[in-house]
Amino acid sequence: MNSIRSRLLGILIGTTLFVWLAAIAWIYTSTQAEVERVLDARLTEAARMVNSLLADHRIEIASQGNVATLTTLANLAAAKAYERQLSCQIWSLDGTLVARSESAPELPLTNAMQGFSEDIVDGETWRVFTIENAELGVRVMVGDNLRMRERLVGDVVKGMVHSAALAIPFLVGMIWLSVSRGLMPLSDMARALSQRSANELTPLPSAGIPKEIAPAIEAINDLFGRVEAARERERSFTAFAAHELKTPLAGLKTQAQVALSSTDGAVHANALRQIAAGVDRTSRLVKQLLDMAALEASDARPCHSYESMNHLVSSVVADLLPLASARGIPIKLESSEQDVRAKVEPHFFVLALRNLLENALDHANDVVTCQVLDLGKEVRVVIEDDGPGIPEPELELVTAKFVRGRHKSATGSGLGLAIAKVAMARIGGRLTLHNRKPTGLAATLEIPNRAA
Amino acid sequence: MRILVVEDDPLLLDGLAVGLGLKGFTVDAVANCEDGRAAVRAQRYDGIVLDVMLPDGSGFDLLKELRDAKDGTPVLLLTARDQVPERIAGLDAGADDYVGKPFDLDELAARLRAIARRGAGRATAHLEWRGVVLDPASLTATRDGVPLKLTRREFAALRALMERPAATVSKAALEEALYGWQEEVESNAVEVHIHHLRAKLGQDFIKTVRGLGYRLAEGGA
Repeated sequence: MNSIRSRLLGILIGTTLFVWLAAIAWIYTSTQAEVERVLDARLTEAARMVNSLLADHRIEIASQGNVATLTTLANLAAAKAYERQLSCQIWSLDGTLVARSESAPELPLTNAMQGFSEDIVDGETWRVFTIENAELGVRVMVGDNLRMRERLVGDVVKGMVHSAALAIPFLVGMIWLSVSRGLMPLSDMARALSQRSANELTPLPSAGIPKEIAPAIEAINDLFGRVEAARERERSFTAFAAHELKTPLAGLKTQAQVALSSTDGAVHANALRQIAAGVDRTSRLVKQLLDMAALEASDARPCHSYESMNHLVSSVVADLLPLASARGIPIKLESSEQDVRAKVEPHFFVLALRNLLENALDHANDVVTCQVLDLGKEVRVVIEDDGPGIPEPELELVTAKFVRGRHKSATGSGLGLAIAKVAMARIGGRLTLHNRKPTGLAATLEIPNRAA
Repeated sequence: MRILVVEDDPLLLDGLAVGLGLKGFTVDAVANCEDGRAAVRAQRYDGIVLDVMLPDGSGFDLLKELRDAKDGTPVLLLTARDQVPERIAGLDAGADDYVGKPFDLDELAARLRAIARRGAGRATAHLEWRGVVLDPASLTATRDGVPLKLTRREFAALRALMERPAATVSKAALEEALYGWQEEVESNAVEVHIHHLRAKLGQDFIKTVRGLGYRLAEGGA
């Protein structure tokens, strides 16, 4: 699993180990160099001391054939572990071993005439400092076994590695704890979210939240808000829809019961006619409810292509001709010869126009006119009827959902103007209503024409 | 029994006007609060069927105005929102009953009769006077157990008289009980119905109080 905790843990432990290893490597090389410098200085010193002792005749060089043992030199060795570290040989210039210390091999430590050199004798590597004493005719060689030197450096590093190895489990534990503590706000949030029911959309508490996860919490709260608003819209819409459907259903049932219980032919026929009209109205209401629900669920849809307004308007008018002729009210379409084009989402525009035209047909006395006007900055579609209009105080209200004006028609659902308004808002346009003189209503669809 | 129906849906309003008419009510039908207010001012009703959502306001408001004006006319609220809190709000606002849409016409009529009866201070559904029994629910009348054949208007006139047996009912009040606004009323219509009733029940059943109206005659007179 991709976990922040294990990733953090990995990174922290990896970094720590790397730093430690680098430190150990650095200490190893620097210790090695230092040890070499110090021990080389000691070799030099020891060789010079032996040389000066010889010069002062404080060490007697053994007679021919006998090899003296330099016991004094043994004292130079200090610590027990590094005992017999130094070996000393004194050779005559002609190549005979004159004297050697106890630990020194019998073969020459080096072939170098003087100064520092490294040679392998009896399988051991020696670091040797040689001084040639021409006066006495001897060559003093003082050597260090390199194995000893390496052991010294190795012991230093080993000490470090041991302490590091002991510290690692403790360190891992500490890192794990710190990471867990550091991630606590996240796990708190996760717990708070997982314990919620699907209906609980109250914001998460944002007080005392670290600033790293504050943006996430804000985003989640923001989302909750939007979801809640959408659900609220849906709930109220469902309630309204149910309410709106119950009334025509009650009407249908009542008329049906009237038809059933009446023996009077005229009453019977009237009830049946009312039922037929009621079914028509209810189906239109259902259609409008579905349109409204679809509109509510949709977001504004940008449109990139130009549509011919003349074509859109005339197609809607053509669709409504049967309704118009049933009402005996003609729709007069007034559009310019020149085609008016606008960037408009056709589905939403047609929805708005159809509902406004239906509304006009419901209320008109004699005629409905529909004009397409190109004003450059915007395109206007004006739908006018010669009905009673809307009382001024109600003009603002009628575009709200399910508000039916006082001069409502027998078929109105109170949704047509609301659908037109929302549909226009979705395409970035506007619906305005005003009363005509002397009577009637004019509905204007304004569509901004940015390209013009 | 004269009833006012306030309902904005034309289909339902028409159905209620005709349907309740068939059930023996005299129905006045209006489609908004304002007309309802005017109707209540102009006319005394035995009951009001009031829709809650009206184009120019809420039925609750109209109900409250009525009750504030000390008008105790029984009110039956009619609404699509029939959840418990709304029913409680309606009843607390002074409604006498509550019917959710869609409803049964017979049930609505029965509930209307019940609230009208309670409004008139009577406990039984039947009206009785000197052996004549009226059943407003079935629109039937009997005399000493023998069914009487009455027309709708005759029944309504007799009911208006029997609802307040000791009181004198004016000719105008009888006319109101018999005819809604839309109906043409002949000037002597009430006299004609009383005449027919006397023919069926006996001349001494209904007394004419000269200049005031009619009332039921005491037994043995």
